[in-house]
Amino acid sequence: MNDILHTLPQVLIDGLALGAIYAVVALGYTMVYGILELINFAHGEIFMTGAFVGTAVLLAAQGTGLAASLPPWLFYLLIMLIAMMFTGALGVGIERVAYRPLRKAPKLISLIAAFGVSFVLQDVVRFIAELRTGNYIVSSSSLYGERMSLPASSISSLFGDATVKTNTLIILGAALLLMVALDRFVNRSKWGVAMRAVAQDRETASLMSINVNKVIVLTFFIGSALGGATGVLFAQQYGTIDPYIGFILGMKAFTAAVLGGIGNIRGAMFGGFVIGILEMFASSNLGTLTGGSFGAEYKDVFAFSILIIVLIFKPEGLFGRAVKEKV
Amino acid sequence: MSLLELNRVQAYYGGIEALKGISLTVGEGEIVTLIGSNGAGKSTTLKSICGQVKTSGEIRFKGEAISSWLPHQIAASGIAHVPEGRRIFPKLTVKENLEMGAFSVKDKALVKERIEQAFAYFPRLKERYRQAGGTMSGGEQQMLAIARGLMMKPDILLLDEPSMGLAPVLVDQIFEIIQELNASGMTILLVEQNAYHALQIADRGYVIQTGEITMQGKASSLIADEQVKESYLA
Repeated sequence: MNDILHTLPQVLIDGLALGAIYAVVALGYTMVYGILELINFAHGEIFMTGAFVGTAVLLAAQGTGLAASLPPWLFYLLIMLIAMMFTGALGVGIERVAYRPLRKAPKLISLIAAFGVSFVLQDVVRFIAELRTGNYIVSSSSLYGERMSLPASSISSLFGDATVKTNTLIILGAALLLMVALDRFVNRSKWGVAMRAVAQDRETASLMSINVNKVIVLTFFIGSALGGATGVLFAQQYGTIDPYIGFILGMKAFTAAVLGGIGNIRGAMFGGFVIGILEMFASSNLGTLTGGSFGAEYKDVFAFSILIIVLIFKPEGLFGRAVKEKV
Repeated sequence: MSLLELNRVQAYYGGIEALKGISLTVGEGEIVTLIGSNGAGKSTTLKSICGQVKTSGEIRFKGEAISSWLPHQIAASGIAHVPEGRRIFPKLTVKENLEMGAFSVKDKALVKERIEQAFAYFPRLKERYRQAGGTMSGGEQQMLAIARGLMMKPDILLLDEPSMGLAPVLVDQIFEIIQELNASGMTILLVEQNAYHALQIADRGYVIQTGEITMQGKASSLIADEQVKESYLA
């Protein structure tokens, strides 16, 4: 028990950072599902592509000395914007090429197409990475890698001190900013309301002279840009990336979306933080809790058990509404 | 020239021919009603006009052939369709539903002004403007659906079974609203199962049966017709 309390501040800090990443990635799943009832399993790979694009820009700029001439915050912002534009366009392209021709086909077909897109993205990114660096695992330096100590022990002697990377704070700030911006967009702006209208009743929305295809393109662009931005934050936080990081992370973000009620934007944000904190908690305490029979490597089991439990007991998610058959 | 003109329009659902060559016209300022039993093709006719089903034949609106246009383009050209079952956006508020009705209107001040007009016309909606559309009663939803259709200031209003599922008092109220709208200059194409009511307020009527127009004429003569009486007014 004391061990658990001792590590709690660190668990919370790391859990919030990871949760923020899951939350923003989960938005991409939930937005596309809300509007097309399609689980875009390629979204994890869009996140991964964002991480690679960001890292590529970082390495290229550092190579030419351009990076040194810019203040790091501006450089960071620039990298994120480039990655967002790139992945946003990538998402729109994927919708156009892989999903739109299948829109009237059974949902299972689009789902298989989504897996196909995932594999293509993994291999293309791997190919380019190996071509350029000779290795598909790519490392980069963190722009804000310095650490500071959070003296949690001064609150209560039960707690241990936590260390926080400056980048962790950047993740939290950027993720919150993106989430608030999206929430405002969806609830206040004309195109945001149109997005919700299309999600609720596509046919009727078109009778209101809403261009449904344009709304769908916009949804893919925003969702994918958010995924790409998170990829940059992730690469900055953990330093090393490979073309397969999108798979497990995407699965967990998807779990977060299901936990919050898929299709529900605020639910996805909440679900992301819950999964992130629970995963960090499991990772640091599973060994203690089970007397050493399960270690931190079982943390993923923890996240996916949540998915199964939610699907069994509350399939509509914490904030979702049960779907009633239309008469 | 008629405002809206259908010339031998055929429509298909899968392999099934739902409309077998419908011709009808709606002139400016008219109320024209399309009556017929369930499954005769009334709703399909409206959906054909709005580009929601594949058609062959000719559909002209304000003289332009619109049958190859996309639904949102047809709507933006001035055709408001109040669909069967009202189809308001259940999780959008009353106000947001109205705003979506005016989606093609770029001027924000104008949208605000029209929302005020809608509230003046339907005071019940004003009381509920922050409420989700899906939480309202059937009658209120129908009023919202009509108000939403009017938000774009259309040249023609297509109404699909506006009286469906409403209590008699509300049915009367809805028909009164339709008459008032027409008196203020709105052209209306009204699809109804409630043939008696519809013919009473309409200028002209068409009877549709298994995808074909079987009778047409002045509403006053259709309402007196023995065959119509027997089939639809009994």
